[in-house]
Amino acid sequence: MGRIRQAVNNSDINRFRSCVQIAAFGLLLYGGYLAVDLGSHLPTFACPFVENRGASCYLFGLQHQMNIPVERFLSGRGLGVLTGLVTFIALLVLFNKAWCGFLCPVGAVQDWMTRVRRRIGLRYSAYSEEGFRGLKKVKYVLLALLILIPLGMSNSFAGLPRLSHDFSTPFCMICPGRTVLPLFSGDVSQLVVDFSSKTKTVLTGLGMAVTGVFFAGSFVKKRFFCLFCPMSALHYIFSKAALLRLRKDGGRCTRCGNCYRVCDVGIREIADDLVSTDIVKDDCMMCFKCVAACPEEGCLRVTFIGLPVYESTEEGFFRRMERRVGDGA
Amino acid sequence: MEPEGIQRRRMAVSRRLVTEAGEVLKKIEEGFPDRLEAMGYFYDLFRRHYTEGVPPRDGGKRIGVMCIQVPAELIYAAGAVPVRICSGARSLEQAGADFMPSRSCPLVKATMGMLRLGVDLPQGRLDTVVVPTTCDHKKKTAGILTGMGYDVYTLEVPPVKDTEEARYYWQNSVRRFALALQERTGRRITGKRLKAAIGRMNRARLEHRRLLNLRRSSPPLIYGKDAFLVANACFFDEIERWTGALSALNDELEGRKARGLSAGDRNAPRILLTGSPPVFPNLKLPLLVEETGGVVVADEVCSSSRFLYDAVAYDEEDLHDMVPAVADRYLKPCTCPCLVPNDDRKRRLLEMVKDFAVDGVVYQAYTGCQLYEMEQKAVADELTEAGVPMLYVETDYSPEDRGQLSTRVEAFMESIKARRRRWRI
Repeated sequence: MGRIRQAVNNSDINRFRSCVQIAAFGLLLYGGYLAVDLGSHLPTFACPFVENRGASCYLFGLQHQMNIPVERFLSGRGLGVLTGLVTFIALLVLFNKAWCGFLCPVGAVQDWMTRVRRRIGLRYSAYSEEGFRGLKKVKYVLLALLILIPLGMSNSFAGLPRLSHDFSTPFCMICPGRTVLPLFSGDVSQLVVDFSSKTKTVLTGLGMAVTGVFFAGSFVKKRFFCLFCPMSALHYIFSKAALLRLRKDGGRCTRCGNCYRVCDVGIREIADDLVSTDIVKDDCMMCFKCVAACPEEGCLRVTFIGLPVYESTEEGFFRRMERRVGDGA
Repeated sequence: MEPEGIQRRRMAVSRRLVTEAGEVLKKIEEGFPDRLEAMGYFYDLFRRHYTEGVPPRDGGKRIGVMCIQVPAELIYAAGAVPVRICSGARSLEQAGADFMPSRSCPLVKATMGMLRLGVDLPQGRLDTVVVPTTCDHKKKTAGILTGMGYDVYTLEVPPVKDTEEARYYWQNSVRRFALALQERTGRRITGKRLKAAIGRMNRARLEHRRLLNLRRSSPPLIYGKDAFLVANACFFDEIERWTGALSALNDELEGRKARGLSAGDRNAPRILLTGSPPVFPNLKLPLLVEETGGVVVADEVCSSSRFLYDAVAYDEEDLHDMVPAVADRYLKPCTCPCLVPNDDRKRRLLEMVKDFAVDGVVYQAYTGCQLYEMEQKAVADELTEAGVPMLYVETDYSPEDRGQLSTRVEAFMESIKARRRRWRI
C-alpha cells in the first residue's frame, strides 16, 4: 500500500490529466455514437449543440427549466427543477471542481491551445493579479443573468413586459462551447449570426464575438475563459460539500510560491493563505498542478472522503523536476 | 601599482587568517570524538583554500555575491560561477575596522576588509561583486566597493515580500540582473542553459534536504559544526563536486543510523541555532554549544539551511516563465529580517522545533546587526508561548567574550537537562 502511495505521489499528474481529458472529451462529445448517455445534468460543458454527444451540460437544462412562471414552482415542473438541481449537486459533490480540470471539453480545448502556443515557442501574456481580480466577478453576473433572463420570459417583474422568447438559453447563445465544440464533429452551423430578430442578432453576434475573444484570449492566457465561466461560479456554491478536496497544511508551507507560480488561473491564496485547510477557490479547476509543484511533505493534499489520493512530497517534487530538466543537462 | 602599505597589510592579515582558520579547523576536526569519514573532503577543502592558500580552480568568470538573494541559477546560465563572499574571519574583520564604522556588523566588516586588501581566500579573484539591497550595512558597501575600483552590480531587493507589487518589482530587478550578467560574460542566457542551471541547483538542494532529514534523527547523527562546514563549503566549492561529497556524507550517515551510532551523547540537548549567520572560521557559538554537551541539530540561518532549502519550480520552458520562477524562489520564502513583515521566520522556527525535536533555541545576534536584534523579542515571545526555551546571545568575531559566553551556554544546557529531568519524574 505504502509503495503504491509513493508511486502515485511521485507521478506526473499533468500527464495523467491530459489522458483523462482526452478520454472525457471523446466520451462527452462522441459518446452518442456508442449509445452512451450520461444524462443532461452534467456539471461540465458537455454541449447539447453537439449532435452525437454522450451527455448534456446542466446549464442548458437549467436555462430551459427557469423559463417558468413563479407560481408553477410548486407544481410538477417545479419538481423537475429540483430533481435537476439535486442530480447536478450529486455529480458535483463526487468530483468537485475536478469537472473543470479533468473533464470539461472547453477546458481541454483551452489546454490544447496552450500546448500549441508552447510548441511554437510563444510566451504567455501576464496581467497584474489585482486587475484580474475585478474581472473574475463577471462569472457571478453571468450566472445570475442565465437564471433571471429565462425567469423574465415567463414572468412579468415590477410591471415590466415579459421578455421575448428569442432570449431562450441566453448563456448558450454567447457560450464558446456552442460555437467551438460542434466544430469537432465537423459541424460549422453554429458559427453564424442569426438575423431573424433583433434579440437573436444581438445574442448570436455577441456569441461570435465571444468566440473570437475565446480563441485569442486562451491562446495567450492559460484557461482564459474559465475566469468568466458561470458553471465555475455554480460549482463554487456547492464546493464545500464535495467529497474530493484540495487541502492545505499551513504549518508546512514555506510560502515559496511554487504552487502559485504554476497555477493556470493565478490563485494567490494557494501560496499565501496559511489558515484555510480547504483551499479550493472559485477559480480553481482542481488540476492539482500546485500539488505537483509543492516540495513540502504533505503540505498540499488531495483527498476523497478524507482518504489521501495525491499529496505533495519532497521526493515526488524533485523527481518530477529532474525528469523535466534531465534532458537539458 | 597598489600602495606598499596595502601589500604589507595584506601579507600580515593573510598570515593571521591562515593561523585563525587552522586553529578552528583543528578544533572542528580533532576536538570531537568519532570523526566522520566523508567529512574528510570538507576538512581538506577548507585546509586547501584557507591554510594552504590554494586558489579555487577557475571555472569561468567569478561573481562574488553577498547574502542569499542573488540567483545562482542565472549566474551559472550566463557561464559564470557564483561565490558567496560573506566572511567569518576575525583577522579580516580587523582589517575592515580600519575604514568601516566601529558599530557596523562584523560580517560586513570582515567581507569589506577582505575585498579592500584583495585577500582572495577562499573565493579566488573576483570579476564582479553583486550587492543586494538587503540590510543597511550590506547596501552601503556597494558605494564603498565601487570607490575601491570593483565592478559592482547593485541588485535591488524590495523591503517587503508580501505584496504583488514587491514581487513584480523583484522579478523586473532579476530580469535586469540577467541582462547585466550576459553583458559581463558575453554569453547569452538561453532557456536550455537556465534549465540546466536550475537542475544543477535543485540537485544540490535535494542533497542538502537529505542531510536535513538525517539531522532530524534522534539520537543525532552529525554535529552542527560539521553541518555548518558543509553548508559553508557551498559558498565557494564547485557545485557538482560539493553535491557529490555531500551525497557520500549522507550515505555514511545513513549507514551510521542503521548501526545505531550517534554524534555526541545520545541524550544531548538538541539545539536550534538562529539569527546572525555563523560563517567559517567564526563557528564560535555552535562550537561552544557542542563543547558544552549540546548538539546543534537544526539551524535557521542564511549561511546554512535558509540559503539552501527552497527549490525552483517553473511552468513553461522559456525564459519568460523561468526567470521570474527563479526570482520567486529568492524572495517569496526568504526569512531574512530585512523583509517586513517577517512572520514566516517565526512560523519556520516553530515548524523546525517540532520537526527536529528541538529542546532549546540559541539566538545569535552580531553586535551592530539591528535587524536580528530587533526581531529577537518577537521570536522569544513566540517561542516562550510554545514552551521552548531560548538563549539570546549578542556577540561578534572577537574571542574575548568566550569565557562569559561559555558560562551562559553551559547554564542553558544545564537548564534544558533539568527541564527534561523534571518531565521524566
